[in-house]
Amino acid sequence: MFQIRVHGRGGQGVVTAAELLSVAAFNEGRHAQAFPSFGSERTGAPVVAFCRIDDRPIRLREPIVDPDALIVQDATLLRQLDVFAGLRPDGYVLLNSERSWDELGLADVAARRRPGRALIVPATRLALTHVGRPVPNAALLGGFAAMTGLVSLHAVEAAIRDRFTSGRFSSGRVADANVAAATEAFTLIAAELKESSRA
Amino acid sequence: MRSQIEGSRAVAQTVARCRPEVICAYPISPQTHIVEALSELVKSGDPAPCEYINVESEFAAMSVAIGASAAGARSYTATASQGLLYMVEALYNAAGLGLPIVMTVANRAIGAPINIWNDHSDAMSQRDSGWIQLYAQSNQEAADLHVLAFRLAEELSTPVMVCMDGFVLTHAYEAVDVPTPEQVDAFLPPFKPRQVLDPADPVSIGAMVGPEAFLEVRYLAHDKHLRALEEIPRLGAELSAILGRPCGRLVEPYRVLGAETVVVALGSAFGTVQDTVDVLRAEEMPVGALAVSAFRPFPYDVVRTILENARRVVVLDRALAVGVGGIVSMDVRAALAGLDTLCYPVIAGLGGRPITRDSLRRLLADAVADRLEPLTFLDLDRAVVERYTATGS
Repeated sequence: MFQIRVHGRGGQGVVTAAELLSVAAFNEGRHAQAFPSFGSERTGAPVVAFCRIDDRPIRLREPIVDPDALIVQDATLLRQLDVFAGLRPDGYVLLNSERSWDELGLADVAARRRPGRALIVPATRLALTHVGRPVPNAALLGGFAAMTGLVSLHAVEAAIRDRFTSGRFSSGRVADANVAAATEAFTLIAAELKESSRA
Repeated sequence: MRSQIEGSRAVAQTVARCRPEVICAYPISPQTHIVEALSELVKSGDPAPCEYINVESEFAAMSVAIGASAAGARSYTATASQGLLYMVEALYNAAGLGLPIVMTVANRAIGAPINIWNDHSDAMSQRDSGWIQLYAQSNQEAADLHVLAFRLAEELSTPVMVCMDGFVLTHAYEAVDVPTPEQVDAFLPPFKPRQVLDPADPVSIGAMVGPEAFLEVRYLAHDKHLRALEEIPRLGAELSAILGRPCGRLVEPYRVLGAETVVVALGSAFGTVQDTVDVLRAEEMPVGALAVSAFRPFPYDVVRTILENARRVVVLDRALAVGVGGIVSMDVRAALAGLDTLCYPVIAGLGGRPITRDSLRRLLADAVADRLEPLTFLDLDRAVVERYTATGS
């Protein structure tokens, strides 16, 4: 079983990120479960969502306390709470930021991880570029697909399109924009991994 | 077809396929997504004919459901927590009148203190209301149980509550094979009410009953529930054959063969219990588990038969009878009357406190060593309690 914990703030699509990831995994024939941390969500308040992926049916319903991967949608949370709590020694971290681990004062976080397992992607900038709103979740999922290989970019794209097709999204523009953000993040992370493996 | 879907949406789609003619809705967390999804479905024209009635309170929701059901319409509503309490007066009337209303309860704690998270206090408070109560372990089961609930309610003329854990199930995305319209239609015929309020052919429903027959009316309600103990597995088997998966069991035993210690649980916590049992079994600890799916009526005989060879039973009670202890455990004790099997009530998972594998492991280690108190509060934080008592309040 692979367990992902998503941290962010209300309004950033944290719960949606976990749901889309579960749909992507389901699309690839895996068993998946996504659920929020059940707070009264308010814009700006810290929000946590969870996703489990397995090859077998998932019965477990407890919150994820020992994640295999973290997606951190808002770097300001790093000063506010211990988002790294329980992260497995060989686990992954994907952070949304414009800054480096050094600039964030978190060089030790990256140093403790195996190479390629603590990465940063400017997901908010990508969202603003493509979607026009600071909603970093789709870009982070694209980056997550590149970093972990747990789900394919194709599956992430299908999950995004599945989500943003009906009602006010029926034009498909929102889906296209989010897919573009996810694709660019995927490309950035894939290039960084290729670069570091060559170095 | 299986789809990765939110539990609330799976339930809404299933309810829609049961062709309700009246849906009464008043939103409350964590039930809201269910009635929101149903409002979209009704607006889109499927189910039809169906009247979606926005009411001003839960009391109105149940009252309108009663009126609609008495007029011969298949009626549905959903609520949780304080909302369920607010409809209590009407709730008893629905049961007393034998109206086959189906209601989802997205289980949530009751205040004060206000708490929106999951436990079973709301439904347990209506234990004796005359409603049948079925508890879902997963979103698949929650969806399927609604199909069963309408048929059961209408065959017995009694209302049915389908209880699903708030947030843990209602807000969880997982794969659900939503019963198809064809599968539902094969199982659930159109509602044929026993009597109908109709101006063209007037009858009275709910007239006063005096001392000469009130006991008899209550006896008949009790008898209906006893018949439900036979109907639930019978209809469950029929629906299981249509859906190709188990549905409508009174209880579900898990690895109870040779188990000296059996954990009893209701609802979504059972999955975590099963995972814990697997780990402990691998360590040669003879433990098993039993899900009680039908809490009202309570299947005393079945529970007794399954538990009679166990040395001890640990009952996870997700509601507290203040000053007394567990609620489900009282029924389990009654089922075990006269046997040597020990019964340990454990108050667990109140107000959204997670029931974790680690907690269950510690609990079971204490249980097999017979170190449990007569009443256990799982993961009680003594420091918090002592801080409060130290203030002298």
